Amino acid sequence: MQKITSPISADVIEDLLAGDQVLISGVIFTARDAAHKRLTEALDRGEEPPFDFRGQTIYYMGPSPAKPGQVIGAAGPTTSGRMDTYSPGLIASGLKGMIGKGSRSPEVKQAIEKHKAVYFAAIGGAGALIARSIKKAEVVAYEDLGAEAIMRLEVEDFPATVVNDARGGDLYEEGMAKYRRKAGETKGDEL
Amino acid sequence: MREISVTDIANTVARLCQEANFDLGADVLDSLKQARGKEESPLGQQVLDQILENDSIATNERIPICQDCGTAVVFLEVGQDAHIIGGDLYTAVQEGVRQGYKEGYLRKSIVGQPFSARVNTKDNTPAMIHLDMVPGNRLKITVMPKGGGSENMSRLHMLTPAKGRQGVIDFVVNSVAEAGSNPCPPLIVGVGIGGMADKAMILAKKALLRRVGEPNPDPEVAELEREILEHVNSLGIGPEGFGGRTTALAVHAEVFPTHIAMLPVAVNLQCHAARHKEAVL
Repeated sequence: MQKITSPISADVIEDLLAGDQVLISGVIFTARDAAHKRLTEALDRGEEPPFDFRGQTIYYMGPSPAKPGQVIGAAGPTTSGRMDTYSPGLIASGLKGMIGKGSRSPEVKQAIEKHKAVYFAAIGGAGALIARSIKKAEVVAYEDLGAEAIMRLEVEDFPATVVNDARGGDLYEEGMAKYRRKAGETKGDEL
Repeated sequence: MREISVTDIANTVARLCQEANFDLGADVLDSLKQARGKEESPLGQQVLDQILENDSIATNERIPICQDCGTAVVFLEVGQDAHIIGGDLYTAVQEGVRQGYKEGYLRKSIVGQPFSARVNTKDNTPAMIHLDMVPGNRLKITVMPKGGGSENMSRLHMLTPAKGRQGVIDFVVNSVAEAGSNPCPPLIVGVGIGGMADKAMILAKKALLRRVGEPNPDPEVAELEREILEHVNSLGIGPEGFGGRTTALAVHAEVFPTHIAMLPVAVNLQCHAARHKEAVL
């Protein structure tokens, strides 16, 4: 398990490989569907984005509300594919890291390789576990979006796995190919 | 005639919304533990360990298992000899959802105007209510918080009858393959076969409420479930899609008679956070 810091430096990105497990510490920003739409529309109009995402890491996540005394509620990843429309543009503009779950479009993967970025998966449905690694959370933009507002998170040992690396590696494709077999060969060991 | 008050109904729904989001059923946990024992992929084993750790944190600390606390799906079985007093049933259910999501600090994920403004209703209503009239004088309430990621991978196909059994298998297996890592495997695969488009879909959803891995009582359907599960677990998708043997914990199929021209098949996928709680009033 490799410990890395976000914002993630170019050298570290270069070394990360699909399948690597990492513990991320530092700063990450949340954004999901509605925030991506607004962010992209603002950029299209030539406006300054509400936070400087260049060099940063975006986590596709909308938490459950924090109980009194908690930093954040459950805080696991949402499906990344819904952000595929927006990601290539953000990557081209300098976004370096993305954390979510589920596979990305060919366009996103190309942008990751071309601009030397990285896409991690966090464990979908492990919101209570992941919340433990979030030490501070504050809304920095689009507060009216509620759970979908952009938050700045300070994280410590946030667990993630490299899915798409800057060299074109793809854990989902490689992992599936490794364990795929013909039905019939599983006889006797199905659950 | 036995009386059931809307206050009791609302309070029960509120409690079930919270319990479902904090406490995974023992059947789901057992099935995940069994899968952990059988999983060959080291990454897959680790994911299953983390899922089990997550579920234990959620229970102990009363934190939602998943930040997506779901659409509140509420199944009601109303005994025909029960008398609901003090207000109307649907309003009571919606009030229960409102209370439960507020008191439990659960995420409110429902938006109005789905194709345009998408404004959050801020209390997770409306719940999706399914009502069946049954014999007796009781009211059975089941609350199933269903996450968007797995629900988005639902599929319906109106097969020609000529496609038959193999057509059903191929469609279900392809649906799981196409969903890949998106619906948070390991999954429970709900399958509805027969009826009409709408009937097949509700059969698939209700199939998810069955005890995990319990076969359909009809041996022919049970054999179909077994065969689909074998195919699904040969895909290699594995826990969270990182590669492995455990793509699904179970396949649950429900069947219903259909028209001579039709063979509808619906697939409703359930993520590993297979949440539902029930109570009888």
